[in-house]
Amino acid sequence: MPGPEKIYQDKLAQGSFEIQRCAACSRHVFYPRVLCPHCGADRLEWTAPSGRGTVYSTTVVRRKDADGGDYNVALVDLDEGPRMMSRVVTIAPAAVRIGMPVQARVTEGVVEFTPR
Amino acid sequence: MRGSVAIVGVGLAGCGEAPGWTENEIMAQAARNALADAGRTTRNVDGLVCASSNVFMTGLSVAEQLGIHPKFTESTCVGGSSFVGHLIPAALALNAGICDTVLVTYGSNQRTGVGRQEAGKFKQALDPLAFERPYKPFNPLTSYALAAARHMHQYGTTREQLAEVAVAARKWAQLNPEAFTRDPLTIADVLGSRMVSDPLTVRDSCLVTDGGGAYVLVRADRAKDFPKKPAYLLGVGAAHWHRQISCMPDLTVTAASESGPRAFRMAGVAPKDVDVLELYDAFTINTILFLEDLGFCAKGEGGAFVSGGRIAPGGALAVNTNGGGLSCVHPGMYGIFLLVEAVRQLRQEAGERQVRNARVALAHGNGGVLSSQITALLGTEETL
Repeated sequence: MPGPEKIYQDKLAQGSFEIQRCAACSRHVFYPRVLCPHCGADRLEWTAPSGRGTVYSTTVVRRKDADGGDYNVALVDLDEGPRMMSRVVTIAPAAVRIGMPVQARVTEGVVEFTPR
Repeated sequence: MRGSVAIVGVGLAGCGEAPGWTENEIMAQAARNALADAGRTTRNVDGLVCASSNVFMTGLSVAEQLGIHPKFTESTCVGGSSFVGHLIPAALALNAGICDTVLVTYGSNQRTGVGRQEAGKFKQALDPLAFERPYKPFNPLTSYALAAARHMHQYGTTREQLAEVAVAARKWAQLNPEAFTRDPLTIADVLGSRMVSDPLTVRDSCLVTDGGGAYVLVRADRAKDFPKKPAYLLGVGAAHWHRQISCMPDLTVTAASESGPRAFRMAGVAPKDVDVLELYDAFTINTILFLEDLGFCAKGEGGAFVSGGRIAPGGALAVNTNGGGLSCVHPGMYGIFLLVEAVRQLRQEAGERQVRNARVALAHGNGGVLSSQITALLGTEETL
Protein backbone atom coordinates (compact mmCIF):
# COMPACT_ATOMS: atom_id res chain seq x y z
CA MET A 1 0.00 0.00 0.00
CA PRO A 2 1.37 3.44 -0.91
CA GLY A 3 1.78 6.39 1.47
CA PRO A 4 -1.03 8.79 2.36
CA GLU A 5 -0.16 11.42 -0.24
CA LYS A 6 -0.36 8.88 -3.06
CA ILE A 7 -3.58 7.37 -1.69
CA TYR A 8 -5.10 10.86 -1.53
CA GLN A 9 -4.06 11.69 -5.09
CA ASP A 10 -5.30 8.33 -6.40
CA LYS A 11 -8.71 8.92 -4.82
CA LEU A 12 -8.83 12.43 -6.31
CA ALA A 13 -7.90 11.07 -9.73
CA GLN A 14 -11.04 8.94 -9.46
CA GLY A 15 -13.11 11.99 -8.53
CA SER A 16 -13.30 11.30 -4.82
CA PHE A 17 -12.21 13.85 -2.17
CA GLU A 18 -11.30 12.20 1.14
CA ILE A 19 -9.44 13.48 4.16
CA GLN A 20 -8.12 11.74 7.26
CA ARG A 21 -9.60 11.41 10.72
CA CYS A 22 -7.62 10.26 13.75
CA ALA A 23 -9.06 7.15 15.39
CA ALA A 24 -7.31 8.12 18.64
CA CYS A 25 -8.33 11.78 19.13
CA SER A 26 -11.22 11.94 16.62
CA ARG A 27 -9.91 15.11 14.98
CA HIS A 28 -9.84 15.50 11.20
CA VAL A 29 -6.50 16.00 9.46
CA PHE A 30 -5.46 17.72 6.23
CA TYR A 31 -3.10 17.47 4.40
CA PRO A 32 -2.81 13.66 4.61
CA ARG A 33 -0.09 12.50 6.98
CA VAL A 34 1.43 9.43 8.63
CA LEU A 35 1.08 10.69 12.21
CA CYS A 36 -1.76 12.74 13.66
CA PRO A 37 -0.45 16.31 14.03
CA HIS A 38 -2.78 16.83 16.99
CA CYS A 39 -2.05 13.80 19.19
CA GLY A 40 0.78 11.90 17.50
CA ALA A 41 -1.15 8.67 16.98
CA ASP A 42 -0.54 6.62 13.82
CA ARG A 43 -4.20 5.67 13.42
CA LEU A 44 -5.34 8.00 10.65
CA GLU A 45 -8.34 6.68 8.72
CA TRP A 46 -9.85 7.92 5.47
CA THR A 47 -13.22 9.59 5.51
CA ALA A 48 -15.34 11.56 3.05
CA PRO A 49 -15.86 15.12 4.33
CA SER A 50 -19.15 16.93 3.82
CA GLY A 51 -17.40 19.16 1.29
CA ARG A 52 -18.88 22.17 3.03
CA GLY A 53 -16.51 24.92 3.96
CA THR A 54 -16.04 28.64 4.63
CA VAL A 55 -13.55 31.00 2.97
CA TYR A 56 -10.94 31.93 5.60
CA SER A 57 -8.91 34.22 3.32
CA THR A 58 -8.78 35.05 -0.34
CA THR A 59 -6.62 36.80 -2.90
CA VAL A 60 -6.65 37.52 -6.62
CA VAL A 61 -3.39 36.64 -8.30
CA ARG A 62 -2.95 39.13 -11.12
CA ARG A 63 -1.99 37.66 -14.46
CA LYS A 64 -1.94 39.05 -17.98
CA ASP A 65 -5.03 38.25 -20.04
CA ALA A 66 -2.76 36.66 -22.62
CA ASP A 67 -1.62 34.16 -19.98
CA GLY A 68 -5.16 33.35 -18.85
CA GLY A 69 -6.08 36.39 -16.75
CA ASP A 70 -6.52 36.89 -13.02
CA TYR A 71 -7.37 33.92 -10.80
CA ASN A 72 -8.47 33.23 -7.26
CA VAL A 73 -6.45 31.56 -4.51
CA ALA A 74 -8.28 30.97 -1.25
CA LEU A 75 -7.86 29.28 2.10
CA VAL A 76 -10.98 27.30 2.96
CA ASP A 77 -11.89 25.99 6.41
CA LEU A 78 -13.71 22.67 6.02
CA ASP A 79 -16.69 22.14 8.33
CA GLU A 80 -14.75 19.17 9.76
CA GLY A 81 -12.01 21.55 10.96
CA PRO A 82 -8.95 21.41 8.70
CA ARG A 83 -7.98 24.29 6.45
CA MET A 84 -6.78 23.86 2.88
CA MET A 85 -5.53 26.00 0.05
CA SER A 86 -7.86 25.95 -2.93
CA ARG A 87 -9.69 28.26 -5.32
CA VAL A 88 -13.28 29.41 -5.57
CA VAL A 89 -14.62 29.13 -9.09
CA THR A 90 -17.79 29.98 -11.07
CA ILE A 91 -17.65 33.59 -9.79
CA ALA A 92 -15.22 36.41 -10.54
CA PRO A 93 -11.95 35.96 -8.58
CA ALA A 94 -12.43 39.35 -6.88
CA ALA A 95 -16.03 38.48 -5.88
CA VAL A 96 -14.81 35.81 -3.46
CA ARG A 97 -15.28 37.06 0.12
CA ILE A 98 -13.93 35.97 3.47
CA GLY A 99 -16.71 34.15 5.31
CA MET A 100 -18.38 32.96 2.09
CA PRO A 101 -19.94 29.47 2.40
CA VAL A 102 -18.55 27.16 -0.26
CA GLN A 103 -18.91 23.58 -1.47
CA ALA A 104 -16.10 21.32 -2.71
CA ARG A 105 -15.97 19.62 -6.04
CA VAL A 106 -13.27 17.66 -7.80
CA THR A 107 -12.21 18.92 -11.21
CA GLU A 108 -9.47 17.11 -13.12
CA GLY A 109 -7.96 15.67 -9.96
CA VAL A 110 -7.98 18.96 -8.04
CA VAL A 111 -10.31 20.05 -5.22
CA GLU A 112 -11.93 23.41 -5.89
CA PHE A 113 -14.91 25.18 -4.39
CA THR A 114 -18.08 26.87 -5.58
CA PRO A 115 -20.30 29.26 -3.60
CA ARG A 116 -23.21 27.50 -1.88
CA MET B 1 23.02 32.72 27.74
CA ARG B 2 22.26 36.37 28.57
CA GLY B 3 25.35 38.51 28.16
CA SER B 4 27.59 35.49 27.52
CA VAL B 5 28.47 36.31 23.90
CA ALA B 6 28.89 39.44 21.81
CA ILE B 7 29.05 40.48 18.17
CA VAL B 8 32.44 42.12 17.62
CA GLY B 9 32.44 42.48 13.84
CA VAL B 10 29.89 43.12 11.11
CA GLY B 11 30.22 43.53 7.37
CA LEU B 12 28.27 43.79 4.14
CA ALA B 13 29.21 43.07 0.52
CA GLY B 14 27.68 43.23 -2.92
CA CYS B 15 24.46 44.85 -1.71
CA GLY B 16 22.31 45.93 -4.63
CA GLU B 17 23.90 44.50 -7.74
CA ALA B 18 27.01 42.32 -7.94
CA PRO B 19 27.01 41.04 -11.53
CA GLY B 20 29.53 38.31 -12.28
CA TRP B 21 29.85 37.23 -8.64
CA THR B 22 28.78 33.84 -7.28
CA GLU B 23 26.92 33.41 -4.02
CA ASN B 24 29.97 32.04 -2.26
CA GLU B 25 32.18 34.85 -3.55
CA ILE B 26 29.77 37.52 -2.23
CA MET B 27 29.64 35.57 1.03
CA ALA B 28 33.46 35.56 1.19
CA GLN B 29 33.62 39.34 0.69
CA ALA B 30 31.11 39.84 3.49
CA ALA B 31 33.15 37.50 5.70
CA ARG B 32 36.33 39.46 5.00
CA ASN B 33 34.59 42.75 5.79
CA ALA B 34 33.11 41.50 9.08
CA LEU B 35 36.42 39.98 10.14
CA ALA B 36 38.31 43.16 9.19
CA ASP B 37 35.79 45.12 11.28
CA ALA B 38 36.80 42.84 14.18
CA GLY B 39 40.49 43.27 13.37
CA ARG B 40 40.79 39.65 12.32
CA THR B 41 41.03 37.41 9.24
CA THR B 42 39.73 33.99 8.29
CA ARG B 43 42.82 32.56 10.07
CA ASN B 44 41.20 33.40 13.40
CA VAL B 45 37.90 31.63 12.71
CA ASP B 46 37.29 28.21 14.27
CA GLY B 47 33.50 28.17 14.19
CA LEU B 48 31.54 28.56 10.96
CA VAL B 49 27.83 29.20 10.65
CA CYS B 50 26.05 29.80 7.35
CA ALA B 51 22.92 29.05 5.36
CA SER B 52 21.90 29.07 1.74
CA SER B 53 18.77 28.03 -0.09
CA ASN B 54 20.84 27.16 -3.16
CA VAL B 55 24.30 25.87 -2.25
CA PHE B 56 24.30 22.19 -1.26
CA MET B 57 26.13 21.12 1.90
CA THR B 58 26.50 24.82 2.57
CA GLY B 59 28.85 24.51 5.54
CA LEU B 60 31.31 22.48 3.50
CA SER B 61 31.17 24.79 0.49
CA VAL B 62 31.62 27.92 2.57
CA ALA B 63 34.48 26.48 4.67
CA GLU B 64 36.25 25.33 1.52
CA GLN B 65 35.79 28.71 -0.17
CA LEU B 66 37.21 30.51 2.88
CA GLY B 67 39.94 27.96 3.60
CA ILE B 68 38.66 27.42 7.13
CA HIS B 69 38.95 24.11 8.99
CA PRO B 70 36.22 24.69 11.56
CA LYS B 71 35.89 22.92 14.90
CA PHE B 72 32.20 23.78 14.80
CA THR B 73 29.96 23.99 11.72
CA GLU B 74 26.28 24.78 11.65
CA SER B 75 24.14 25.43 8.58
CA THR B 76 20.52 25.16 9.59
CA CYS B 77 18.26 26.84 7.06
CA VAL B 78 14.86 27.96 8.27
CA GLY B 79 14.54 30.64 5.62
CA GLY B 80 15.45 34.28 6.05
CA SER B 81 15.39 34.12 9.84
CA SER B 82 18.27 31.62 9.84
CA PHE B 83 21.03 34.09 10.63
CA VAL B 84 19.21 35.42 13.68
CA GLY B 85 18.56 31.85 14.77
CA HIS B 86 22.23 31.05 14.30
CA LEU B 87 22.94 33.08 17.43
CA ILE B 88 21.62 30.13 19.46
CA PRO B 89 23.90 27.28 18.29
CA ALA B 90 26.80 29.71 17.94
CA ALA B 91 26.40 30.88 21.54
CA LEU B 92 26.01 27.29 22.76
CA ALA B 93 29.20 26.23 20.97
CA LEU B 94 31.15 29.22 22.29
CA ASN B 95 29.89 28.74 25.84
CA ALA B 96 30.70 25.02 25.71
CA GLY B 97 34.24 25.85 24.65
CA ILE B 98 33.95 23.96 21.38
CA CYS B 99 35.29 27.00 19.53
CA ASP B 100 36.35 30.57 20.27
CA THR B 101 35.54 32.71 17.23
CA VAL B 102 32.37 32.12 15.21
CA LEU B 103 31.83 33.61 11.77
CA VAL B 104 28.22 33.78 10.60
CA THR B 105 28.10 34.60 6.91
CA TYR B 106 25.72 34.82 3.95
CA GLY B 107 25.80 35.81 0.29
CA SER B 108 23.35 35.76 -2.59
CA ASN B 109 23.28 36.80 -6.23
CA GLN B 110 19.51 36.64 -6.46
CA ARG B 111 19.23 39.72 -8.68
CA THR B 112 21.95 39.26 -11.27
CA GLY B 113 22.82 35.55 -10.99
CA VAL B 114 22.34 33.55 -14.16
CA GLY B 115 20.13 30.47 -14.49
CA ARG B 116 17.87 31.43 -11.58
CA GLN B 117 14.67 30.55 -13.44
CA GLU B 118 15.90 27.11 -14.42
CA ALA B 119 17.13 26.51 -10.90
CA GLY B 120 13.70 27.48 -9.61
CA LYS B 121 12.10 24.75 -11.71
CA PHE B 122 14.49 22.13 -10.34
CA LYS B 123 13.80 23.26 -6.80
CA GLN B 124 10.05 22.94 -7.38
CA ALA B 125 10.52 19.42 -8.71
CA LEU B 126 12.51 18.45 -5.60
CA ASP B 127 9.97 20.05 -3.26
CA PRO B 128 6.53 19.61 -4.87
CA LEU B 129 4.31 21.18 -2.13
CA ALA B 130 1.52 19.05 -3.56
CA PHE B 131 -1.23 20.62 -1.48
CA GLU B 132 -0.65 24.24 -2.48
CA ARG B 133 1.14 24.36 -5.82
CA PRO B 134 -1.82 23.09 -7.92
CA TYR B 135 -3.56 26.40 -7.10
CA LYS B 136 -0.62 28.46 -8.41
CA PRO B 137 -0.04 30.80 -5.46
CA PHE B 138 2.51 33.40 -6.55
CA ASN B 139 4.68 32.55 -3.58
CA PRO B 140 5.91 33.82 -1.27
CA LEU B 141 3.87 36.94 -2.04
CA THR B 142 0.44 35.26 -2.24
CA SER B 143 0.88 33.71 1.20
CA TYR B 144 1.57 37.11 2.75
CA ALA B 145 -1.34 38.56 0.75
CA LEU B 146 -3.66 35.98 2.33
CA ALA B 147 -2.42 37.05 5.77
CA ALA B 148 -2.86 40.73 4.93
CA ALA B 149 -6.38 40.12 3.60
CA ARG B 150 -7.34 38.31 6.79
CA HIS B 151 -5.87 41.07 8.98
CA MET B 152 -7.82 43.68 7.00
CA HIS B 153 -11.02 41.64 7.36
CA GLN B 154 -10.61 40.99 11.05
CA TYR B 155 -9.22 44.33 12.24
CA GLY B 156 -10.10 46.87 9.57
CA THR B 157 -6.47 47.37 8.59
CA THR B 158 -6.28 49.40 5.38
CA ARG B 159 -4.08 49.47 2.31
CA GLU B 160 -3.06 53.00 3.31
CA GLN B 161 -1.76 51.63 6.62
CA LEU B 162 0.23 48.95 4.78
CA ALA B 163 1.59 51.70 2.53
CA GLU B 164 2.72 53.67 5.62
CA VAL B 165 5.18 50.84 6.30
CA ALA B 166 6.69 51.08 2.81
CA VAL B 167 6.91 54.87 2.97
CA ALA B 168 8.59 54.80 6.41
CA ALA B 169 11.13 52.26 5.16
CA ARG B 170 11.88 54.46 2.16
CA LYS B 171 12.40 57.52 4.35
CA TRP B 172 14.94 55.60 6.43
CA ALA B 173 16.61 54.36 3.23
CA GLN B 174 17.00 57.97 2.10
CA LEU B 175 19.21 58.48 5.17
CA ASN B 176 21.31 55.41 4.35
CA PRO B 177 23.86 55.79 1.54
CA GLU B 178 24.13 51.99 1.29
CA ALA B 179 20.39 51.50 0.62
CA PHE B 180 19.49 50.29 -2.88
CA THR B 181 16.28 52.29 -3.42
CA ARG B 182 16.26 55.89 -2.24
CA ASP B 183 13.98 57.83 -4.58
CA PRO B 184 10.92 59.48 -3.00
CA LEU B 185 7.89 57.30 -2.30
CA THR B 186 4.43 58.44 -1.18
CA ILE B 187 1.40 56.55 0.08
CA ALA B 188 -0.32 57.40 -3.21
CA ASP B 189 2.63 55.88 -5.10
CA VAL B 190 2.27 52.62 -3.18
CA LEU B 191 -1.51 52.50 -3.65
CA GLY B 192 -1.10 53.20 -7.36
CA SER B 193 1.65 50.68 -7.99
CA ARG B 194 1.07 47.37 -9.75
CA MET B 195 -1.12 44.93 -7.84
CA VAL B 196 0.46 41.47 -7.66
CA SER B 197 -1.78 39.44 -5.36
CA ASP B 198 -4.47 41.46 -3.58
CA PRO B 199 -4.01 43.42 -1.37
CA LEU B 200 -0.23 43.51 -1.92
CA THR B 201 1.35 45.60 -4.67
CA VAL B 202 4.87 45.51 -5.93
CA ARG B 203 5.68 48.41 -3.52
CA ASP B 204 4.32 46.39 -0.58
CA SER B 205 7.02 43.86 -1.43
CA CYS B 206 10.70 43.65 -0.64
CA LEU B 207 13.42 44.37 -3.13
CA VAL B 208 15.11 41.66 -5.13
CA THR B 209 18.82 42.44 -4.83
CA ASP B 210 22.18 40.75 -4.57
CA GLY B 211 24.07 41.04 -1.34
CA GLY B 212 25.87 39.45 1.54
CA GLY B 213 26.42 40.07 5.21
CA ALA B 214 28.40 38.57 8.05
CA TYR B 215 29.04 38.91 11.76
CA VAL B 216 31.65 37.67 14.20
CA LEU B 217 30.56 36.27 17.57
CA VAL B 218 32.85 35.62 20.55
CA ARG B 219 32.46 34.94 24.29
CA ALA B 220 31.83 38.07 26.31
CA ASP B 221 35.04 37.63 28.33
CA ARG B 222 37.02 38.28 25.12
CA ALA B 223 34.70 40.88 23.62
CA LYS B 224 36.77 43.86 24.70
CA ASP B 225 39.88 42.51 22.96
CA PHE B 226 38.42 43.70 19.65
CA PRO B 227 38.61 47.23 18.21
CA LYS B 228 34.88 48.03 18.07
CA LYS B 229 32.30 48.37 20.84
CA PRO B 230 30.77 44.91 21.44
CA ALA B 231 27.05 44.30 21.00
CA TYR B 232 26.08 41.76 23.66
CA LEU B 233 23.40 39.13 23.18
CA LEU B 234 20.77 39.84 25.84
CA GLY B 235 18.09 37.41 24.77
CA VAL B 236 16.98 35.21 21.92
CA GLY B 237 13.92 33.07 21.22
CA ALA B 238 12.86 30.98 18.23
CA ALA B 239 9.50 29.46 17.32
CA HIS B 240 7.77 28.02 14.30
CA TRP B 241 4.31 26.52 13.90
CA HIS B 242 3.99 25.85 10.18
CA ARG B 243 5.80 25.96 6.89
CA GLN B 244 3.01 26.47 4.32
CA ILE B 245 0.50 29.28 4.77
CA SER B 246 -2.40 26.79 4.60
CA CYS B 247 -1.02 25.22 7.81
CA MET B 248 -0.68 28.50 9.76
CA PRO B 249 -3.15 28.25 12.66
CA ASP B 250 -4.28 31.92 12.65
CA LEU B 251 -3.06 34.16 9.82
CA THR B 252 -3.19 37.21 12.08
CA VAL B 253 -0.93 35.79 14.80
CA THR B 254 2.65 34.72 14.05
CA ALA B 255 5.00 32.62 16.15
CA ALA B 256 6.71 35.93 17.01
CA SER B 257 4.13 36.01 19.79
CA GLU B 258 6.07 33.08 21.27
CA SER B 259 9.66 33.89 20.22
CA GLY B 260 9.38 37.53 21.34
CA PRO B 261 8.24 36.98 24.92
CA ARG B 262 10.89 34.27 25.31
CA ALA B 263 13.63 36.61 24.11
CA PHE B 264 12.36 39.43 26.36
CA ARG B 265 12.26 37.09 29.37
CA MET B 266 15.86 35.99 28.81
CA ALA B 267 16.96 39.60 28.34
CA GLY B 268 15.07 40.89 31.35
CA VAL B 269 13.76 43.82 29.35
CA ALA B 270 10.36 44.84 27.95
CA PRO B 271 9.28 46.42 24.66
CA LYS B 272 9.37 49.87 26.31
CA ASP B 273 13.13 49.40 26.86
CA VAL B 274 13.89 48.85 23.17
CA ASP B 275 15.50 51.83 21.42
CA VAL B 276 15.64 50.52 17.86
CA LEU B 277 13.85 47.70 16.04
CA GLU B 278 14.94 45.81 12.97
CA LEU B 279 11.93 43.75 11.80
CA TYR B 280 12.04 41.39 8.84
CA ASP B 281 9.90 43.32 6.35
CA ALA B 282 9.62 41.02 3.36
CA PHE B 283 6.18 42.58 2.86
CA THR B 284 4.44 45.55 4.48
CA ILE B 285 2.09 43.32 6.50
CA ASN B 286 5.12 41.79 8.29
CA THR B 287 6.02 44.96 10.14
CA ILE B 288 2.45 45.38 11.38
CA LEU B 289 2.17 41.74 12.51
CA PHE B 290 5.54 41.80 14.29
CA LEU B 291 4.86 45.10 16.10
CA GLU B 292 1.69 43.44 17.45
CA ASP B 293 3.13 40.01 18.20
CA LEU B 294 6.25 41.41 19.87
CA GLY B 295 4.13 43.55 22.18
CA PHE B 296 4.71 47.06 20.82
CA CYS B 297 0.97 47.48 20.31
CA ALA B 298 -2.17 45.40 20.85
CA LYS B 299 -3.28 42.73 18.39
CA GLY B 300 -5.19 44.34 15.56
CA GLU B 301 -3.87 47.83 16.25
CA GLY B 302 -0.73 47.59 14.14
CA GLY B 303 -2.24 49.44 11.20
CA ALA B 304 -3.22 52.44 13.30
CA PHE B 305 0.09 52.19 15.17
CA VAL B 306 2.25 52.70 12.07
CA SER B 307 0.12 55.57 10.74
CA GLY B 308 1.17 59.21 10.70
CA GLY B 309 4.83 58.39 10.21
CA ARG B 310 5.19 56.84 13.65
CA ILE B 311 7.88 54.36 12.54
CA ALA B 312 9.52 56.72 10.03
CA PRO B 313 12.53 58.93 10.84
CA GLY B 314 11.43 61.44 13.48
CA GLY B 315 8.57 59.17 14.62
CA ALA B 316 8.03 57.77 18.09
CA LEU B 317 9.56 54.37 17.32
CA ALA B 318 12.64 53.74 15.15
CA VAL B 319 11.87 50.71 12.96
CA ASN B 320 14.00 49.34 10.13
CA THR B 321 16.52 52.12 10.23
CA ASN B 322 18.57 50.87 7.27
CA GLY B 323 15.51 51.04 5.01
CA GLY B 324 14.66 47.38 5.56
CA GLY B 325 14.06 44.67 3.03
CA LEU B 326 11.57 47.01 1.41
CA SER B 327 14.10 49.70 0.47
CA CYS B 328 17.65 48.79 1.55
CA VAL B 329 18.54 45.25 0.51
CA HIS B 330 16.85 41.85 0.15
CA PRO B 331 18.85 39.08 -1.51
CA GLY B 332 16.33 36.33 -0.63
CA MET B 333 17.27 35.79 3.01
CA TYR B 334 17.41 39.11 4.85
CA GLY B 335 18.08 38.00 8.44
CA ILE B 336 21.76 38.82 8.62
CA PHE B 337 21.12 42.44 7.62
CA LEU B 338 18.87 42.89 10.67
CA LEU B 339 21.78 42.10 12.96
CA VAL B 340 24.32 44.15 11.01
CA GLU B 341 22.11 47.24 11.29
CA ALA B 342 21.28 46.56 14.96
CA VAL B 343 24.99 46.38 15.80
CA ARG B 344 25.80 49.56 13.87
CA GLN B 345 23.04 51.38 15.76
CA LEU B 346 24.35 50.15 19.12
CA ARG B 347 27.84 51.34 18.16
CA GLN B 348 26.48 54.77 17.21
CA GLU B 349 28.00 54.46 13.76
CA ALA B 350 24.81 54.71 11.66
CA GLY B 351 25.45 58.25 10.40
CA GLU B 352 22.40 60.30 9.48
CA ARG B 353 20.02 57.53 10.47
CA GLN B 354 21.55 57.01 13.91
CA VAL B 355 19.03 56.59 16.72
CA ARG B 356 20.34 58.73 19.58
CA ASN B 357 21.70 56.77 22.54
CA ALA B 358 20.51 53.41 21.21
CA ARG B 359 21.34 50.91 23.96
CA VAL B 360 18.90 48.05 23.35
CA ALA B 361 18.19 46.81 19.82
CA LEU B 362 15.69 44.20 18.72
CA ALA B 363 16.30 42.14 15.58
CA HIS B 364 13.40 39.97 14.50
CA GLY B 365 13.83 37.40 11.76
CA ASN B 366 11.10 35.81 9.67
CA GLY B 367 11.49 32.75 7.49
CA GLY B 368 9.29 30.96 5.00
CA VAL B 369 5.79 32.42 4.79
CA LEU B 370 5.42 33.96 8.27
CA SER B 371 6.74 30.56 9.37
CA SER B 372 10.01 30.69 11.31
CA GLN B 373 10.08 33.55 13.83
CA ILE B 374 13.28 34.36 15.72
CA THR B 375 13.72 37.33 18.03
CA ALA B 376 17.05 38.58 19.32
CA LEU B 377 17.78 41.41 21.74
CA LEU B 378 21.22 43.00 21.70
CA GLY B 379 22.59 45.60 24.05
CA THR B 380 25.55 47.80 24.78
CA GLU B 381 27.84 47.13 27.74
CA GLU B 382 25.77 49.27 30.12
CA THR B 383 22.72 47.01 29.56
CA LEU B 384 24.49 43.94 30.93
